[in-house]
Amino acid sequence: MSSEYQTLTKNGLWENNPALVQLLGLCPLLAVTGTVTNALGLGIATMLVLIGSNVTVSLVRNFVPKEIRIPVFVIVIATFVTLVELLMNAFTYGLYMALGIFIPLIVTNCAIIGRAEAYASKNPWPQAAFDGFMMGLGFACVLVALGAMRELLGQGTLFDGAEMLLGEWARELRIQIVQFDYPLLLAILPPGAFIGMGFLIAGKNWLDGRRLQKAQQSPVVKAQRARVTTVN
Amino acid sequence: MLKTMQKNGVILGTFAVLATTLIIIAQLLTADRIEAQQRQELMRTLNTLIPATLHDNDLYSDCVLLQRPDILGLAEQPVYRARIEGVPSALAIRTTAPDGYSGQIHMLVALTPQGVVKGVRVLQHRETPGLGDKIEVERHPWILSFDGQRMRSENDARWTVRRDGGMFDQFTGATITPRAVVNAVARTTWFAQSEMDALFSAPSNCLGDPEQWFEDQS
Repeated sequence: MSSEYQTLTKNGLWENNPALVQLLGLCPLLAVTGTVTNALGLGIATMLVLIGSNVTVSLVRNFVPKEIRIPVFVIVIATFVTLVELLMNAFTYGLYMALGIFIPLIVTNCAIIGRAEAYASKNPWPQAAFDGFMMGLGFACVLVALGAMRELLGQGTLFDGAEMLLGEWARELRIQIVQFDYPLLLAILPPGAFIGMGFLIAGKNWLDGRRLQKAQQSPVVKAQRARVTTVN
Repeated sequence: MLKTMQKNGVILGTFAVLATTLIIIAQLLTADRIEAQQRQELMRTLNTLIPATLHDNDLYSDCVLLQRPDILGLAEQPVYRARIEGVPSALAIRTTAPDGYSGQIHMLVALTPQGVVKGVRVLQHRETPGLGDKIEVERHPWILSFDGQRMRSENDARWTVRRDGGMFDQFTGATITPRAVVNAVARTTWFAQSEMDALFSAPSNCLGDPEQWFEDQS
């Protein structure tokens, strides 16, 4: 049982990360990651929807015939997105205004219906909830990493506008790291999102490649494989 | 076959009904709070433009919906009137520039009863971050350059950006945004200057229950 949760954690955060590996939900990911606050807000919203839809889909998996499962998933997901949208509108109004159209667009995030189909519809609800949590966390981490990169390059700050998400006390969280006369506008604009995302994926692949290389080298070092480590 | 279809139809229908019920409940539970949030946001802007010393009436409910899309950009825009013991002291008109670089720019323009601009604030916009968003007072003092100005005629040549020979700066790399803002504020100001008495004397017709508003405050 515990190994199942370990696998889920590893998959959600790294091996099968929705944003870095499955490359799902890129539209909101690229669009709202201008600041850490926006990224975190959308990350949490997506995670809540993922957990809710995974649990519901898992609970009803024995009542829903195969032929109509997709429309049912869509209804479930759309319901949770609407609920999250209403709650954000009511309780985090500033962030709701900032994220705008991208909250309803969570419905179209294929990562969510993907998890419903691939995992939640075949597994009991506690695992499904955990899977939703870990996939959501993995997605949110990528959002926040990208948001931090772009905010730092484009504005020289971190956590600008955090009070919109966390309340007035969070105004203190804002850190001015660099003061630009002319900030790198490219980082804030959509191309910056694509470039930043490219670097994140490249970074992950590089880390994976290095780990693989080490794993291959350490047990038995075969003379034939010398080519791999040759450095001129 | 027919039976399966019927069964599936019933299941789908059940889900749709359940989902709708859930959303209706959530909507009912959050509606008041959402309205209060929107009101609070508008009140915050209203209060910075028209400080409490300038009125003893409830700004939010002393309000008229204006139907002048040619001037104010939307089919209906509210004007809020400030009075001290019934005497007009200031008003704030919500106006929309339809021709921003990325769509509409919603603003609040406050004027004295003599038609002098007290202040302008942007409520909502989608202009380019780093360029056009300098119209927000939090990012750049540009929007304050309207303060104390008035229109001398309907086509006052000073009410344009520098590039067009006027008195308002444009931003490096962004002319369309300030141009749209200046034009909308100019239209609104001229409209208010020429209809000032009518704006103050029109009976209030906006929704908004002042008692509820004060409850929300506490």
